[in-house]
Amino acid sequence: MLTTGTVLIDGAAQGPLLRLVEPISFWGGVDPATGRLTDPRHPQHGVAITGTVLALTATRGSSSSSAIMLELLARGIAPAALVLGEPDAILALGVIVGREMGYPAIPVLALPPAAQALLPEGKLRITKGGNIAAA
Amino acid sequence: MAAGSRGPAVAMAARILGETAAMLGAERLVAVTSSHVDGCLYHGDSGVHFAERLAGDGGRVAVPTTLNVGALDLLHPGRVQFEPGTAEMARRMMVAYEQLGCTPSWTCAPYQAGHRPRLGEHVAWGESNAVVFCNSVLGARTNRLGDFLDICAALCARAPYTGLHRDENRRAKVVVDTRKLSDALKRLDAFYPVLGAWLGAEIGSDVAAITGLPAAIPEDSLKALGAAAASSGAVGLFHIVGVTPEAPDLAAATGGQPPARTIVLTAAMLRAARDRLSTAAAGTDRIDAVAVGSPHFSLAEFAALDRLIGSHGAGARFKVPFYACTGRAVLGEIERNGMLARLGEAGVELVTDTCVVVAPILPKAGGVLMTNSGKFAHYATPNTGFATVYGSLADCVASALTGRIERDELLWS
Repeated sequence: MLTTGTVLIDGAAQGPLLRLVEPISFWGGVDPATGRLTDPRHPQHGVAITGTVLALTATRGSSSSSAIMLELLARGIAPAALVLGEPDAILALGVIVGREMGYPAIPVLALPPAAQALLPEGKLRITKGGNIAAA
Repeated sequence: MAAGSRGPAVAMAARILGETAAMLGAERLVAVTSSHVDGCLYHGDSGVHFAERLAGDGGRVAVPTTLNVGALDLLHPGRVQFEPGTAEMARRMMVAYEQLGCTPSWTCAPYQAGHRPRLGEHVAWGESNAVVFCNSVLGARTNRLGDFLDICAALCARAPYTGLHRDENRRAKVVVDTRKLSDALKRLDAFYPVLGAWLGAEIGSDVAAITGLPAAIPEDSLKALGAAAASSGAVGLFHIVGVTPEAPDLAAATGGQPPARTIVLTAAMLRAARDRLSTAAAGTDRIDAVAVGSPHFSLAEFAALDRLIGSHGAGARFKVPFYACTGRAVLGEIERNGMLARLGEAGVELVTDTCVVVAPILPKAGGVLMTNSGKFAHYATPNTGFATVYGSLADCVASALTGRIERDELLWS
């Protein structure tokens, strides 16, 4: 095991680590039909977040980002897991609502940016309780 | 409530609210007196199913609740060019929120359509510009609620007691000193969105106290500052010392604590922020459309637009489409006072209930969009494909009349 994040939404998942090098607003920044980053100002513009362990040190922008998160879950093109720099009531909310609506939930963890920086590139496995390990 | 004493819709809302509160580490919920719901904008069928579940289960808001924009202009059919299936889902979503008892205000500036909570009042608002205005300019208290939590809070009349509901989190940790900027710059309407865009990019979600600004700043400038700061960053509250209600002086804004950092703002920093608002390639000299009204245009902003068009002489007519987005409350006022007809003669196209970056309204051919809004400038390129050019309202009017970019650069130097 590499480290343990604070559980915001518990669950198990695995996928390649995708580190967002700059914050992004999911609304206006992620296409809910394709799961790709669409903000042309973002250095990772065009990258797909589907199936990744998506690590974000901070979020920004629209409160509609929860709706984008919900739509990604409904379409089955969400990230495998979210690792947030701090507890965030926008993206994790999309997952909470998705669970109420019967869409598959994904684990959401909080892990401070300094600890996120120590995560190795490659495939990660998240197990219940917030444990993060190399897969 | 979660047990279902007020029916299954409120029970579901209470579960979502409770889980979110626990996740945020809130020790309790706080009673709220009003709500503004952003969740009524169509982003995909999942949001429609959620709203229809709440409405179908008999949900009814427990506090006065206004609605942010939808994805359709209900007053100007044909303005929004969705595929028929998408338009039907967007319409179903708007209907569901009305069924839940929300006021069909359809505006992102509810605070200029009669919804103005008082200083210190706890409310539950969504939509990032509405939230930052509510906290900063009105001094009411709300967190930046994500879509869906806003309607859950409205159904339960409760919100998680965290973040900006609490005194200690409303204190400024960052001081922004604007003394080095010229007074002439601070009088420009185009200054405030740029200040906001810089602020959001610089401080993220922190609370700042800005010093050295004029004591009389128009409300629309504060609105523009907040909207830009909540687009480029996640600003939910700012203080302007001597202007906003929780900052009669710097000590009040910081709670008497020394700030974590002080930033002395320079003209060069602002110019860089202004340049980031334009995505059009260097050397671009023509525009294909102009859009204003994010947040939705107020009566005062329409009056300024009317004056500017008038200053170009009788019979001035735009060469490119000029969209002004507003709420139906303000539309009613400019219809009654005769301004609407004059603006129409110049070629202003009114967009109500929605706006040009959340729904397909702009010409399909794409091109270059000029705007005076920091928020439009931020979102237009990813959401519409248009490249942006940022300018003042006067620049927008002058450019729309010629189809060429006309910008007054002097004051920024």
